[in-house]
Amino acid sequence: MFETLTEKLDGALKKLRGQGRISKENTEEALREVRRVLLDADVHFNVVKTFIENVQTKALGQEVISSITPGQFIIKIIYDEIVALMGTTQAEITFSNEIPSVIMVAGLQGSGKTTFSGKLARLLKSKGRHPLLVAADVYRPAAIDQLEVLGQEIEVPVFADRKASALEIAKKSIQFAKENARDTVIIDTAGRLAIDEEMMREVENIKSAVAPDEILFVVDSMTGQDAVNTAKAFHDKLDFDGVVLTKLDGDTRGGAALSIRSVVGKPIKFVGIGEKLDALEPFYPERMASRILGMGDIVSLVEKAQQTFDQKKAEKLQQKLVKAQFTLEDFYDQLQEIKKMGSLSQVLSMIPGANKLGNLNDVDEKELKYVEAIILSMTKDERNKPEIINGSRRQRIAKGSGTSIQEVNKLLKQFFEMQKMMKNFSKGKNFARMLGQRFGR
Amino acid sequence: MGFFDTFKLSRLKEGLTKTRDSLVAKVNRLVFAKGKIDKEFLDQLEEILISCDVGVDASSRILDNIKEKAKSHKYESPEELDELVRSEIAENLFQTSHDVDDPFQLVSQNKPYVIMVVGVNGVGKTTTIGKLAYNYKSSGKKVLIGAADTFRAAANEQLEVWAKRADVQIIQQMQGSDPAAVAFDTVQAAKARETDIVIIDTAGRLHTKTNLMEELKKIKRVITKVVSDAPHEVLLVIDATTGQNAIQQAKQFNDAVGLTGIVVTKLDGTAKGGVIFAICNALKIPVRFIGVGEKIDDLQPFNSKKFVEALFEKEQP
Repeated sequence: MFETLTEKLDGALKKLRGQGRISKENTEEALREVRRVLLDADVHFNVVKTFIENVQTKALGQEVISSITPGQFIIKIIYDEIVALMGTTQAEITFSNEIPSVIMVAGLQGSGKTTFSGKLARLLKSKGRHPLLVAADVYRPAAIDQLEVLGQEIEVPVFADRKASALEIAKKSIQFAKENARDTVIIDTAGRLAIDEEMMREVENIKSAVAPDEILFVVDSMTGQDAVNTAKAFHDKLDFDGVVLTKLDGDTRGGAALSIRSVVGKPIKFVGIGEKLDALEPFYPERMASRILGMGDIVSLVEKAQQTFDQKKAEKLQQKLVKAQFTLEDFYDQLQEIKKMGSLSQVLSMIPGANKLGNLNDVDEKELKYVEAIILSMTKDERNKPEIINGSRRQRIAKGSGTSIQEVNKLLKQFFEMQKMMKNFSKGKNFARMLGQRFGR
Repeated sequence: MGFFDTFKLSRLKEGLTKTRDSLVAKVNRLVFAKGKIDKEFLDQLEEILISCDVGVDASSRILDNIKEKAKSHKYESPEELDELVRSEIAENLFQTSHDVDDPFQLVSQNKPYVIMVVGVNGVGKTTTIGKLAYNYKSSGKKVLIGAADTFRAAANEQLEVWAKRADVQIIQQMQGSDPAAVAFDTVQAAKARETDIVIIDTAGRLHTKTNLMEELKKIKRVITKVVSDAPHEVLLVIDATTGQNAIQQAKQFNDAVGLTGIVVTKLDGTAKGGVIFAICNALKIPVRFIGVGEKIDDLQPFNSKKFVEALFEKEQP
């Protein structure tokens, strides 16, 4: 996630390192690079302009704290600026005191509204609510079927009426929810191209008819410069409460996220990170900024872990991660838990430094099985003290797991590297120093 | 010959109204407001170009060229400046063209002629297939669609609706079944039924998911097993509102399954679509069709010259 932007910023910022003092000249060149990076990342032109101006003003206007280098200083400003750009708070969904609460989902064609509606229903259900999915997209062929299949999968009822208009469906669904004790209604509206006045009027009408407590605007994170205009158009008509950023598991730089947030002024509430129905995460601006700067996201990982394991286990994991006392035995245990959390690449992308191990998207889920087999072929001693694994042990492990010595070596190498990364991370006393290590290659 | 004759410039122009307004009309206003080329003019021109997703590279190239031209060519009036800027942009949007004369023309006489359609999620693959099927069917071909998107909920149902609209047959299996098996069955069936054209729909997938790209390769391999020179076409569908990520999409799909063409959809919905230039310039893959509407016959053969013409032709006074 955001890997490309991170890598590119890495490149641009490297040039800043080792400069003695901040001058207009040396920041200008670096900021031109940053500007280019952001434009390449599809951040909106005007947003980039403001961003660069702000960073420049701040860099020149302030004195450099003596303990850090000018490069680190500017990186800090850029980080803060990105955080500011994306909003500083995380937002939650508003529920009504009356039953049912109504959530309306709107967005362009193909942005992922229906999948998001399913994911949201699943999330709310897991938090103890009783959602009702409403199929109000009466135009796209089989949109209703799609929602019904999703509803079945997550065991959430779907309200549909193939003969009614979208407006009627929305109205009726509220009544249906009341009669069937569903406390949250999620209305999946029809996709539109934003230029379609008629359809825009339809969502407006639905809005005034059902008075949603929460309106969410769904947008594809791969959208280019137009993202801002689309968001504005929807915002003018619907005054939505939050943004959902989908398909963020690809390699898009996701600049649209930054632009929409700063132009429309509404928070990004969720991000979609996979096709499976549990691949939905809240949006954390600070963490996202950290990711952009390649700092990893250990907090997110721990939180995700907490949802899956019990609290005690999670605390133990957190401690081990921080102290880097992570053994292969733990690694195996965690692998089992990770499987519950989502895809491996998703989880790995949250571990600081893990993005230096290579393209995480290349992690094949099937490889997990080999990894498991290799670890299971080790003795308990070997798992707890992997450094004792010598040549003959490797041979035995390879035989036992039906793999090759090369594969055993690869796993061990990756494991040691990961351990090292974690050690570095926990040693990093402050932000600037950590960045120094990150960018200091 | 073929469908290219039916190429309707007016229809294309209509579909590109938004792009024309946000690119050409803005440049025009800028030229007449400023009347001369200076730093401010160039800054604003850059903003217009980048806002259309033309990309940083293409924008800088156009700006540089205009700066050069302005030095050597004297312009007396805003009209002349307008002419200069307009022609520079038009010339530079497409550096190279890999246009196909008639994108509907079949590159092989072997039957069945297999077209595989790929792309990321939500770009309009199924809709494009409906439109393609309709076009081939209308030209008297026997068409069969293979519903190899076995992943997304109700993908079959959606494709069925389009197949009905285009009045063509469809081969499908249960959701969750092996997409390669569906492709295999479809091509087999096409052979048995002496079908002319087979169009294989595939599930939307992000180009970064290695396992899903492997699945795509497998589908392709399986098709080749049935008909040795198939698939004859592998079309990538790209959403016109996509930003610079479109290039990554094209590159990675091309690496995986070897694209023969690109279809850019939803061009009528966006004021931008500048990424079409970026794709043409970055890759040697022809853009074959563009989708400029939601109706079944709204699939246009793409031609870079005609495209620029439709964009830049002066309004009738």
